[in-house]
Amino acid sequence: MVEMVTRPYAGAFEKYALANPDVICVSADLTSSCEIDGFRDRHPEQFLSMGMAEQNMMSFVGGLNMAGYRPFVHTFGVFTYRRPYDQLMASIAYGRRKVRIMGFLPGITTPGGMTHQAIEDISVMRAMPNMTILETGDATEVESICAAADSIDGPVYCRVLRGNVPRLFDTPIKVGEMRELSSGSDILVVTAGITTEEAMRARAALQDAGVSIRHLHLNTLKPFDSETLLDHLQSVKYGVITLENHVVTGGIGSIVAETIADAGIAKRLIRLGLQDTYAHGGSRAYLMRYYGLDALALIHAIDDMLGNSTGIGEEDLNAARVDAVHSLAKAEGL
Amino acid sequence: MKNSRTTEQVALGIRRRVFEHTILNNGGYLSQACSSAEMLAWLYNEALTIGDPTLPMIPRDFSGVPSVNNPDYVSGAGYNGPATPEYDRLFIAPAHYALVAYATLIEVGRMAPEGLEMFNKDGSSVEMIGADHSPGMEVHNGTLGIGLSTASGLAYGRRKRGDKGEVCVFMSDGEVQEGQTWEAVQACAHHGIDNVWAIMDVNNQQCDGAMSSVMEVRDIATKFRAFGAVAVEIDAHDLDAMRQAKAEPHEGKPLIILAHSSPMKGMKKLEERFPRLHYVRFKSPEERAEYNISIAAELGVDPVVYETH
Repeated sequence: MVEMVTRPYAGAFEKYALANPDVICVSADLTSSCEIDGFRDRHPEQFLSMGMAEQNMMSFVGGLNMAGYRPFVHTFGVFTYRRPYDQLMASIAYGRRKVRIMGFLPGITTPGGMTHQAIEDISVMRAMPNMTILETGDATEVESICAAADSIDGPVYCRVLRGNVPRLFDTPIKVGEMRELSSGSDILVVTAGITTEEAMRARAALQDAGVSIRHLHLNTLKPFDSETLLDHLQSVKYGVITLENHVVTGGIGSIVAETIADAGIAKRLIRLGLQDTYAHGGSRAYLMRYYGLDALALIHAIDDMLGNSTGIGEEDLNAARVDAVHSLAKAEGL
Repeated sequence: MKNSRTTEQVALGIRRRVFEHTILNNGGYLSQACSSAEMLAWLYNEALTIGDPTLPMIPRDFSGVPSVNNPDYVSGAGYNGPATPEYDRLFIAPAHYALVAYATLIEVGRMAPEGLEMFNKDGSSVEMIGADHSPGMEVHNGTLGIGLSTASGLAYGRRKRGDKGEVCVFMSDGEVQEGQTWEAVQACAHHGIDNVWAIMDVNNQQCDGAMSSVMEVRDIATKFRAFGAVAVEIDAHDLDAMRQAKAEPHEGKPLIILAHSSPMKGMKKLEERFPRLHYVRFKSPEERAEYNISIAAELGVDPVVYETH
């Protein structure tokens, strides 16, 4: 049974910020939702409330960095780039301001529906010169995201998990280094964030079915280590499947497609994720099933790529975790 | 730097330079010089505490945008002196005032006149819409409404550091149509940021024409006060009023000086084009010649000699 960690960001951020006095904790009216309410209460001198006004906040923190402080901006990911895109571009990314954007509720990890779900954030941020993109996939990565983000010489956008988060890894994020979770030779599976846990659910069943999977977990989406990905691509027989908590345009599927095309190699690619659609409100497990982001969707893609059925059904997969909608680990139902 | 000329002389010099440039180039941001000459002259000649320039009198060519691959990148802020704790910082929020700002740098001896000859030339850093690498600029303010927010963040950080220097923003009144301006004022008031102040060119003009016809903004002084600023209204061409306004106490609040200006000040000839003054371009050689002779006489200079072909 996988270990579950409650609110890993809260303690990790507090520890990091206290050791780094030039870090300023910035919030946009989602303080408890982003697990920094305890920090606000204990360290008000290092906390800055910018209210529900993201456009001003983004330009403001760009200016704050010009005074040598390193703002950590906390809000839902979707609110960090949709409304204040111009400010993000002009006041942060262009000037390479050391602003650390902590985007919570990536993709369909919220029942909040279209307005709350950051489904195209990676795509948007990838197109933004000077921006670095990190994504957390487990509690250990959440615990190490502050140090990883703050090591970037420029702005960085992070997809952060909150609440009850599984511990899948025992080593911190090393920026730029992908994790090789299995080293098979039939099919390459590339995941990040919550889809890594999904792919791991299928691991035992695939082994039993005799399918040899090479599984890579990404935590650094930009800049991207294409060379290493290419090495892995050359090591598998059939092709590569990407599984992402994001639209398939501009995210991990696109990163892999670009790598394949740039290198001029012939390898089949199946991109799983949101297929040019918005999602709606619902539980994570329901949404992952409905939109084809879960372990079963991965099995179907593997069947497709192999050209015959592994015979694996839902009952063969490790049980999916079901998070309670209301729990002490979350500030609200969102 | 020691002031060798009066602020009135600097303001007249700004109008003359921008006029000459506009005639030579058959167009330019001329009305902005009319409305803001006293403000920019006063900022550089009196109001701001700034050190000697740290960049060459003749601007360097464009040397790349900020990038991890461009370690030699520098902003144009060095024309306003070093960014050390005791000195003020200046942001020109409406970056299309660049021509007027460059003319000001020349008039106060911070840039060579050759700098203006590089204006809007390919490969030059003296860009038409002031960029962060353009002389006198520190951030990229081409998108209107972001200047005050950036300045406020810098001011908050400087206060936390204990810097003596303040942060000043030169603004335009069109920016009050942007919601971000009001977000910035409410944030300053909420956090008591009072080491930031702004002087706004209230010329009632925007790209499409008179603001009243494009988007009515009503009583902006009352709005600024309601959002938590100290607002002072003055005549933008009255230097004594400007000096007094800056002395207005504003503890715990940002100071916004609303300087009501005439976009034709010093160039009565422009009244014929009112209210289409955002960018002055001549429709015919005859019109160009007419404006040349008429405005030159008003400014007390000879008409500009230019090639006609």
